[in-house]
Amino acid sequence: MSATLIQHALLLSLALFAIGVVGVFLRRNVITVFMCVELMLNAVNLAFVAFSRSWGTLDGQVLVFFVLTVAAAEAAVGLAIIIAVHRNKDTLDVDAFDLMKW
Amino acid sequence: MMADPTHPEPRSQGPDRTPGIVAVGWTLLLVVAVAVLRDHPDAVPFIVLLLPLLGFTVLSLFGDSIRDQGEGTGAAVLACCTVMTSFVLAVASILHLRTFTAGPSGLRFTQPYLGFEWMAAGPFRVQANLLLDNLSSVMVLVVTGVGSLIHVYSVGYMAHDAEKVRYFSYLNLFTFFMLLLVLGGNLPLMFVGWEGVGLCSYLLIGFWYEKKSAADAGKKAFIVNRVGDAGLILGTILAFHTFGTVDLVDLATNATSLAAEAGGHAGPITAICLLLFVGACGKSAQIPLHVWLPDAMEGPTPVSALIHAATMVTAGVYMVARLAPLFSLSATALLVVAVVGTLTAVLGATVALVQTDIKRVLAYSTVSQLGYMFLACGVGAFGVGIFHLFTHAFFKALLFLGSGSVIHALGGEQDMRKMGGLWRRIPWTFGTFVVGTAAIAGIPFLAGFYSKDAILAGTLASKMAVAPVLFVVALAVALLTAFYMSRLLLLTFFGPYRGDAETGAHVHESPWVMLVPLAVLAVGSVVGGYAAIPEIVSPSFRLETEGEAHHALWLPVLASAAALTGIAAAIYMFLVRTELPQRIYARTRPLARVLEAKYGFDLLYDWIAARLIVQGSRDVLWRGLDVRVIDAAVNAAGALTALAAGRLRLVQTGLVRAYALLILGGAVALLSYLLWMR
Repeated sequence: MSATLIQHALLLSLALFAIGVVGVFLRRNVITVFMCVELMLNAVNLAFVAFSRSWGTLDGQVLVFFVLTVAAAEAAVGLAIIIAVHRNKDTLDVDAFDLMKW
Repeated sequence: MMADPTHPEPRSQGPDRTPGIVAVGWTLLLVVAVAVLRDHPDAVPFIVLLLPLLGFTVLSLFGDSIRDQGEGTGAAVLACCTVMTSFVLAVASILHLRTFTAGPSGLRFTQPYLGFEWMAAGPFRVQANLLLDNLSSVMVLVVTGVGSLIHVYSVGYMAHDAEKVRYFSYLNLFTFFMLLLVLGGNLPLMFVGWEGVGLCSYLLIGFWYEKKSAADAGKKAFIVNRVGDAGLILGTILAFHTFGTVDLVDLATNATSLAAEAGGHAGPITAICLLLFVGACGKSAQIPLHVWLPDAMEGPTPVSALIHAATMVTAGVYMVARLAPLFSLSATALLVVAVVGTLTAVLGATVALVQTDIKRVLAYSTVSQLGYMFLACGVGAFGVGIFHLFTHAFFKALLFLGSGSVIHALGGEQDMRKMGGLWRRIPWTFGTFVVGTAAIAGIPFLAGFYSKDAILAGTLASKMAVAPVLFVVALAVALLTAFYMSRLLLLTFFGPYRGDAETGAHVHESPWVMLVPLAVLAVGSVVGGYAAIPEIVSPSFRLETEGEAHHALWLPVLASAAALTGIAAAIYMFLVRTELPQRIYARTRPLARVLEAKYGFDLLYDWIAARLIVQGSRDVLWRGLDVRVIDAAVNAAGALTALAAGRLRLVQTGLVRAYALLILGGAVALLSYLLWMR
């Protein structure tokens, strides 16, 4: 694989990650925030795959499988928490969830 | 006693058979033991030592069931049996093993019955062994002999006490520790006995612990003795440091060989002797640690006779005499011993003049006589000190037991001002008491006369610069002794009866079980002076010039003149012109006040303890140092943490996105550091 291709892949990864970060900080809907986190995870996955291909090893690809598994579990737990919170608070606004403090 | 279902009341029907069962059982045991011991003579000293411990063990483990079988007399009989058997075996072993001809090193008992390595820490090695030489033989005879008599006496004296079993178990334990003290072959083993007798003294002074004064007196004795014991421990450590051994025989050998190379070790030896003497002061009630002994009279009277007159309080004298080879190397230490002894003798004799409690007079008399013994040791006549210890054990035990008999007759009255005219009512007690008084006063041809005369002769023979002064003072003390003892005798037995009629009607002579020990001790007080104790024990001291008293005829004449003067003065004041004491008292009020305040030692210690220590601890150490410095520092640390945390916790907002921002910031900072700063 040529050097340019990995550069492009990494740039795309960076762009996706930046979008995710911005989304986490700017959006208030908790579902959207959650999806942005997923976006950041997949940006990292892309970087892993790109490096794996570039160096001709399988380590990166194995790691991606781990990330996917954890992300699936996290999605299940996270969505369950969101449903539970929504039942109590009647809102999906992230800034309304501030009970866990001093 | 409360009705307790687990402790049934003593069965009242039928006679109490336990004493008989115990006595028969003991005799059978003894026959077997003698048969075995014939083939193992080396084991006898261990048996002598361990029998009282066996008595204590049995009484403390099975005491309750013994008491439940009857009135506890069985326990008393058992306690007497163990000590008397110890005495018989001690005599047997001394005769059989020929201790008295064994030479200066005596006989050491180690394998196979004892002699294990007790402590081993680097060069510090202590064998658990016993040492039986002339000195410890004499002491063992005194302890078990006088101890047996007092055990027997206690059977009568404590007959109506509910806690009899506990009393006799303590008494047996005391005998064991006292034997360990005198038989222990090295300083640490001696120290075990030393502490053990202190413990038993505490337990027995506070025997009637429901009485606050008794409990307090016990604590006082224990605490004052701890001060002395600290000196004993330090002295032992320093002795090991200097000589590399704590074995008594090795110490004596090393000291004798060191005497050849004069100088060199004088400093350490003086320090060792003085530290050990601090221990002796505590145990033997010498100035300034004498204050516990008069208070110790709160204990039962036989205890006063056994522990606080005949045996335990003489342990200090024994220890000094035991280390005579060491003490005789240090002129300074000997001077201190002699001067402290003389001062204590004066203090005891003068305070005894104004005491009104019969037992307290005897207590101060004991303090005074112990001072006499130390005077003898201090002028280098160690054998004479042990001689006086020996005779004193007889007549002072006799006097204490006699006073116990008087107290028993008067139903607990101890104040001499409420006695008088008792000689006709309790003639046997009176007769033996007269013998005891005459013996302690130094009437010619009784025990006290010979030992006191020997001390005076030893003082006169001493080359010490202050010896003439000590001699004159000692002579004056002899006069005072005769005076206050005669006062005691006259106030108690002569003149009109001054107590209340109720008590007076019930005056009764004590039972034979109390009178027989009195009679035996009276015989001892008469003939005890004819035992050649100084000659017997002198090999143990390894001294070339044992203060050989040149027997000038004028000295005994002078001593007995002093004694007779004291007695005559007492008769004149307390029988002939009975108003005279009051007038003298009024005339010399300030002096009498000083004597009644016992020279203010108690006040001084009270001031030191209550003012300096208690108030100082409260106002300076507690309210000052503890509250203002230590607590303040701890509290400040806590307050600072709370303050900082109060500010810091605002960071925890509970908003997920705020945390995410912090994580991002952290990640950015970390990455920037890795990228640019490296």
